[in-house]
Amino acid sequence: MDKMPKWADVILIPMISVILALLVSGLAVVFIGESPIEAMTVMVRGAFGSAYGWGYTLYYATNFIFTGLAVAVAFHARMFNIGGEGQASLGGLGVAIVLLSVAWPHWTVALIAAIAGSALFGAAWATIPAYLQAKRGSHIVITTIMFNYIAASLLVYLLVNVFRVEGSMAPETARFAEAMHLPSAADFASFLGFRGSTPLNITFFIALLACVGVWILIWRTRLGYEIRAFGHSETAAVYAGINPTRIIMVSMLISGGLSGMMAINVVMGEAERLVLNFVEGAGFVGIAVALMGRSHPVGVVLAALLFGALYQGGAELQFEMPAISREMILVIQALVILFTGALDNMVRMPMESLFLSLRSRRDAAEQRSPAE
Amino acid sequence: MDFLTILQILDSTVRLATPLLLACLAGLYSERAGVFDIGLEGKILASAFFSAAVAFTSGSVWVGLCAGIAASMALALLHGAASITFRGNQLISGVAINFLAAGVTVVIAQTWFSQGGRTPALSGDARFDNIVFPGAESTMRGVAQQGPLGQVYSELISGHSILVYVALLIVPLTWWVLFRTRFGLRLRAVGENPAAVDTAGVSVVGLRYAAVMIAGVLCGLAGAYLATGLSAGFVKDMSAGRGFIALAALIFAKWRPWYALSACLLFGLLDAIGNRYQNIQMGELIIPVQFMQALPYILTVIILAGFVGKAIPPRAGGEPYVKER
Repeated sequence: MDKMPKWADVILIPMISVILALLVSGLAVVFIGESPIEAMTVMVRGAFGSAYGWGYTLYYATNFIFTGLAVAVAFHARMFNIGGEGQASLGGLGVAIVLLSVAWPHWTVALIAAIAGSALFGAAWATIPAYLQAKRGSHIVITTIMFNYIAASLLVYLLVNVFRVEGSMAPETARFAEAMHLPSAADFASFLGFRGSTPLNITFFIALLACVGVWILIWRTRLGYEIRAFGHSETAAVYAGINPTRIIMVSMLISGGLSGMMAINVVMGEAERLVLNFVEGAGFVGIAVALMGRSHPVGVVLAALLFGALYQGGAELQFEMPAISREMILVIQALVILFTGALDNMVRMPMESLFLSLRSRRDAAEQRSPAE
Repeated sequence: MDFLTILQILDSTVRLATPLLLACLAGLYSERAGVFDIGLEGKILASAFFSAAVAFTSGSVWVGLCAGIAASMALALLHGAASITFRGNQLISGVAINFLAAGVTVVIAQTWFSQGGRTPALSGDARFDNIVFPGAESTMRGVAQQGPLGQVYSELISGHSILVYVALLIVPLTWWVLFRTRFGLRLRAVGENPAAVDTAGVSVVGLRYAAVMIAGVLCGLAGAYLATGLSAGFVKDMSAGRGFIALAALIFAKWRPWYALSACLLFGLLDAIGNRYQNIQMGELIIPVQFMQALPYILTVIILAGFVGKAIPPRAGGEPYVKER
């Protein structure tokens, strides 16, 4: 017998956690000496009040959907992939190599090639940690952290020494050719008021497709069943004939590939060249998104939207209330991770006892009523 | 490369290794007691900010040090609550603490000082001065005129901030506490087999909290040294991954104090060489500085892979303890 109805587990607890995180952040704003309600209004208006705001919110959300799905897929196999940052950097490298080495005639072919390149490079960067976890028992969390730093150094080296444009000081690649530029929201949805400057581009739909893909993979395929079985109990999975090495490798490669695909949105869709530090923490936001979204694609989309709004709203907040610096977003992000991830039991235990007492009272009432 | 240059590199090795060593020993206590701590980075950063901010405001570096340790211990308490009391995921708690510190430090720095997320530069009593031993030269010219032994004494042994010597003393202290005291035996036992410790009538929760709080103190020292000894003030993200290098050193050291010292000195040396030489030319081969920066992480992955000696973590690490009913 479950202690709580399913809706409470899936919706109520994440909601309470997020509200707690926002309340604590509000206290921090009070501490700074500003009005939290005003800050909240500015953020909501900044994120959703205009086509401009929506363009940025959905653009950030696209990144977070990819990295959130990446963490979620790994979570299903009970792997904690903290290396999204490095895998996304390598994904960017993949996109740049694919787009700079071949003169693709049209953006559609270029997009398919970029998806392949980014996913391949992202997955490749997850291969060694995954292999070491599966074969040598090296803790995946530590190895993926190490690979984040190795990726950062590698990218600096390549951008400074290999890909830098002759005569330029900036550590970035040449711009991709005009024919490969992805249509932005201004091109395909100008009727919604999107202008030319919006970073939102067609990758948003790729992200949504990836959600559907992950849902099918996890809940509608044999492999997904094996991943979930492995995540629930490794010993039971082994008895059922599931090969642990295969599950660890496959789930981590998919996870790395999804992280890498985040680069399509930024490198190909927005910057149109590979620049340093383009990931900007999106790999880590993925952890918060997957935790909040309970590792389900629908939850991931909603959580990614929330974080997209936080990032865009936070940027607006810095303009309108300079006393609150942009790093306030990091605080909110940390609190969401804390309450939905680490302090989950703090919210869960009282809720469970609440539901149990409600049920026992109802059961008692039902037992009494037939006697009357 | 002359003798004095080598000494100078070794001198900066000691300086750069000190925050790593303190953080590494912090991780040692925590992980030996069965609590994973990837929040070392965040605790160092929080302490760096609060020590610099309070040292600037009060004018005394010692008050600043206390504030830094207090900030680090507050985060340690949060980690303890999440991972011991509420039996949450210790790794996720660590991630959250890192972000919390990265955000809170800059937000408060902006509110207090309005200098774009940094503290004003520290000087005078608001910084840890270098201690010059009796008979040691403190000027470059003076050192250059000494004989080799005198140069070692003046350049390498003398002339560090007090926290450097404290950190070096904590190594044997940690060894003694862990391997020669009852508390240390219990601490190690709680990281290997908490149920046995519980059966013996010792509080698992109490021991783990003690270990996590000791880690808080040590990270506090590391952060304070970073902001008030190594540099003169706090800048955004100044811990720059040192918490994770310390974690790498901890694995490299196989969770042992003396090995931790050598691992931290090795990583400090890599850092010192990387700071001094941009690219190292070895015949035809040029080693780029980025490779030197990535080397601690690459070495750790190799060690983790178990090809060069196996690193076996404490057995109960990462598992919350649930008392049997």
